[in-house]
Amino acid sequence: MTELLQIDGLSFTVAGRAILDSVDLALEAGEIHVLLGANGTGKTTLANLVMGCSGYQPTAGTIRFRGRPIDGLPIHERARLGITLTWQEPARFEGLKVRDYLTLGEDPGDPAAWLERVGLAADAYLDRAVDKTLSGGERKRIELASALALRPRLAILDEPGAGIDLLSIDEIVGLIRDLRRPDAAVLLITHQQELAQVADRASYLCGGRILATGKPERIAEAYRRRPCKVCDGEVCRG
Amino acid sequence: MAENGNELLALLFRTYADAAILSSPETAHVVVDGQSLVSANAIPGVSVAGRREDGVIVAEIVVAPGVEVRNPIHTCVGIMQPEGDQHLRMVVRLGEGARARLVSHCLFPNARRVRHEMEARLDLAAGAELDYSEGHVHGPYGGVTVIPRSVVRVGPAARFRSDFHLIQGRAGEVALEARVEVAEGGVAEITARIAGSGSDHISLRDELVLAGRDARGLIKTRVALSDAARAEVLGITRGQAAGARGHMDCMELVRDHAVARAEPVVDVSHPLAKVTHEAAVGTVDQKQLDTLMAHGLSPEAAVDVIVTGLLR
Repeated sequence: MTELLQIDGLSFTVAGRAILDSVDLALEAGEIHVLLGANGTGKTTLANLVMGCSGYQPTAGTIRFRGRPIDGLPIHERARLGITLTWQEPARFEGLKVRDYLTLGEDPGDPAAWLERVGLAADAYLDRAVDKTLSGGERKRIELASALALRPRLAILDEPGAGIDLLSIDEIVGLIRDLRRPDAAVLLITHQQELAQVADRASYLCGGRILATGKPERIAEAYRRRPCKVCDGEVCRG
Repeated sequence: MAENGNELLALLFRTYADAAILSSPETAHVVVDGQSLVSANAIPGVSVAGRREDGVIVAEIVVAPGVEVRNPIHTCVGIMQPEGDQHLRMVVRLGEGARARLVSHCLFPNARRVRHEMEARLDLAAGAELDYSEGHVHGPYGGVTVIPRSVVRVGPAARFRSDFHLIQGRAGEVALEARVEVAEGGVAEITARIAGSGSDHISLRDELVLAGRDARGLIKTRVALSDAARAEVLGITRGQAAGARGHMDCMELVRDHAVARAEPVVDVSHPLAKVTHEAAVGTVDQKQLDTLMAHGLSPEAAVDVIVTGLLR
């Protein structure tokens, strides 16, 4: 397999507090990689740094995508290289129709087909606005549909199952598998065991550091058995 | 039809694909170019009269009780020359149970020193329904002063919905005032969508009086400003009767050196009335920008998508 994303020594500090502390992480093409960790351990921060979101500039370290440093690139240029991010709580847009939202990227394909793929009837949703009239679950599904439409080389999914009913977890697993292609990888952030099982590898983030990377079952077990409810005890020494 | 009237209509047809319906004898309409009444057409159930009175063009549209008007009634007013004044008075009456849609086109494409003043009086009798849309097309120079003032009376169980939009060309100087009084069981929704740029100055004052029992109303304002444009938005809702429900929703988006002010006034004088409001003034939301840019849109394209959506 080919290395797609390479993160070396990535640190991010806010107001003197280290959110990420020398993180190393590598994703290979064709891989689904899950990031596990308690709330506040820096998972979403890592996602935002890879995407290049506003206000997220590494304090130290490098991020390479397909061998190319991308630290200095703005978010849209990273997107054009094939990286995308679905937010845990996606933004809402007054007056922007679902149809238009799903066709923002280049060569987006048929928006109706993407909607159907995430379990939403095209007739009922294409002409609705991506605004506050959508429920949280509907908005999340549309966000996943937009990730499918973009056909990214790296899809970063931040809690894709949050707010979606348990019965639909199998559907979400199917979607995550759709995003994985021989030349494309998925970085999955989730607290849901059922979703984490879809991954090929897992990394365990605690106190802003990657403590372990390996088989998802082993990492999930280590995470479950941690002595402290917040971290593994290494950070708080609990 | 005067030569300028032809130009006005030609622009209208170019601007709105469905405007050709105005030529149909089955469509009631009034066309006013500057201070000239160009054309007026009545249809069964809808009387249309125009006259000049002390330097003011007066247009009266009356829909008979119980009549449901199939095609929208159109009014087209404007000034094609770079300079000129226009003073209009529009009176619209809907009889009991009548239903109509009124589309007003206001065209000032070459305005460098143009002044358009309009006083409108709209009366909806019991159970009537009026959907009123007023769209402005201004030129690129910002040389237009627009002063529309309207007083609307929404009768018992009547429904009134208005949508004022000025999003094509420079707004110029806009001073819009509307006062809508809603009787028992009536409903009123007032929407204004305006884009300002350059040195445009926009002043909006919407007043909604929920005077009757169970009257309901909404004031919705969307303003997007850039460059050195300024806007002041005053929304007033008065809840004066049992069961009256009102809401004001004002959003102003500012960029560059633009300045915006929003002032919602809630005035409730009956213990069983309820009025709520939300107002937001600020720059483009960063998360929205990041989301669109994560789809590959440049920052400029992303802002366009957000502003266009807001004003849609």
